Amino acid sequence: MDPNTPPPVIAPGHTFGSITDKISSIVLARRTPLGWYAGFGIAFLFVLVLLVSLSYLVVKGIGIWGNNQPVGWAFGITNFVWWIGIGHAGTLISAILLLLRQEWRTSINRFAEAMTLFAVACAGIYPLFHVGRPWLAYWLLPYPNSMGVWPQFRSPLIWDVFAVSTYATVSLMFWFVGLIPDLATLRDRSQSRVGRVVYGMLAMGWRGSARHWHQYDTAYLLLAGLATPLVVSVHTVVSFDFAISILPGWHTTIFPPYFVAGAIYSGFAMVLTLAIPIRAVYHLEDFITSRHLQNMAKVMLVTGLIVGYGYMTEAFIAWYSGDAYEGFVPINRMTGPYAPAYWALLFCNIVAPQLLWLKRVRTHVPSLFAISIVVNIGMWLERFIIIVTSLHRDFLPSSWGMYSPTFWDYSTFIGTIGLFLALLFLFLRFLPMISIFEMRTMLPEAKVESE
Amino acid sequence: MRTLRRIHGLMAEFDEPTALVAAAAAAHEAGYRRMDAYSPFPIEELHHAMGGHHSRLPLIVLIGGLVGCIGGFLLQYWAAGIAYPVNVGGRPFNSWPAFIPVTFECTILGASLSAVLGMLALNGLPMPYHPVFNIQRFALASRNRFFLCIEARDRKFDLEGTRTFLETLKPREVSVVEP
Repeated sequence: MDPNTPPPVIAPGHTFGSITDKISSIVLARRTPLGWYAGFGIAFLFVLVLLVSLSYLVVKGIGIWGNNQPVGWAFGITNFVWWIGIGHAGTLISAILLLLRQEWRTSINRFAEAMTLFAVACAGIYPLFHVGRPWLAYWLLPYPNSMGVWPQFRSPLIWDVFAVSTYATVSLMFWFVGLIPDLATLRDRSQSRVGRVVYGMLAMGWRGSARHWHQYDTAYLLLAGLATPLVVSVHTVVSFDFAISILPGWHTTIFPPYFVAGAIYSGFAMVLTLAIPIRAVYHLEDFITSRHLQNMAKVMLVTGLIVGYGYMTEAFIAWYSGDAYEGFVPINRMTGPYAPAYWALLFCNIVAPQLLWLKRVRTHVPSLFAISIVVNIGMWLERFIIIVTSLHRDFLPSSWGMYSPTFWDYSTFIGTIGLFLALLFLFLRFLPMISIFEMRTMLPEAKVESE
Repeated sequence: MRTLRRIHGLMAEFDEPTALVAAAAAAHEAGYRRMDAYSPFPIEELHHAMGGHHSRLPLIVLIGGLVGCIGGFLLQYWAAGIAYPVNVGGRPFNSWPAFIPVTFECTILGASLSAVLGMLALNGLPMPYHPVFNIQRFALASRNRFFLCIEARDRKFDLEGTRTFLETLKPREVSVVEP
């Protein structure tokens, strides 16, 4: 075999039938594996932790978090940006790589999209509860009310409401449209009556008609085209929350591109973190091959370098601006009270991923897994550093302060990780984690031969 | 002819996408118009083989996007300029550059909603019942088999004649679709 040809997207020997059976059997198996119960059980315990934390927050108010003056935004926004960023890889894989005709995306787009949805759900919790009175959160939406008040459309925070809610809606629709033909497969193959009825209702009577496929393909392509600028706009708007303010360290034009690159970086790290154990547990090495892992590692390397460039620009502009307050920000980050977090962030996001230059590391699955975890941590630290170090020492030393997280800060964060994993476990059990119909089109037999 | 109207049509089953496309093209050539092909994945050539037309969906999406764009901007113009004007440092009430992000998001939302709902509407979905589901083997249309159904309402349809025609296309089997 020519060493320059990339390894195949699907291992050889598969047919339309075997692909269908292999992926759908995970969902249609009567017996749920014991490991699934164990995993879901642990994740669900943390969902309960989240419920307790949020209930207590509603009873007592956000004073139970460590937020204070001057650090009014702390874990809440750090976690919000982290989760939203993770979601971005799902859209990138499903929409942008589709438009770029990267066929390898087919094996991972379904669960990357599910990851997007669950990450956005986790992200949404933070601003919703950070408003303090979550039962009044609908005031953020423009609706005719007896108070005669309307949202302030000049504020980036209201842009965020529109960006994130549009993103959640479009991601959900994109995911569901992609699922319709596979739901029909599950309807036709399910052995139980409940399965046939539920999957049948969700499939809405899909029968694979050529006329339907024609409209379907058009809709899917248009959705991909719409999701592509959307995903870039969402993290741009998130970065505006910071960049539009006048705070030193936030008021900078590098933020939008640097945030978008960081989002893709952390998202691909999370896809790897999830894909590596899932393919091992469910024996999906035929579909999620070494080629997929290597490609994702390459995307991580590139976006990681863009993020590194962002850090350099930040520091350079802070110095070049000649502004005493701006110039102080990087010095405070490197030598101030949060310096350990800053150096850890540089190690996680800039130093460790350089190992991905080596093919030996990209093809070694345990190292890839380890690096993906390190990058996840690094990207969380990045948001923490951006938010907390800028806020805690802004202009006048008389208004400086310190932030340290409380028990409830940690429990809420761990709780959302639990929610994310619990939703993911439910998804793996009840819906096909790989797009079955798109995998069929990857086979050579799917090509129509001209006479 | 009257009795024939009681059935939905005749269904032929094929093993390969290439065979299905060839069969659909042959049926179109033979003058059949009221027919549909069923496959477990999209086959680009199939729609053309049956003499299909361009989708109207892009136009619907364009209209949806424009409605979202104009509606989103007017909402902000009305809220910030007319219903609830707030003077922020003497800036104009219609500070349109600040309205662009929300206008953009509304454009995408309008276009995406019309893409999904438009696709479902043009396809007539949800449709819980359809005669083709009466064929037992049709469950394989979502797995690995390819079907061509010539419907009884086609003007050229004739139970014996159409069956003979379908047999010439070398299908696995031909069966009658009950309504």
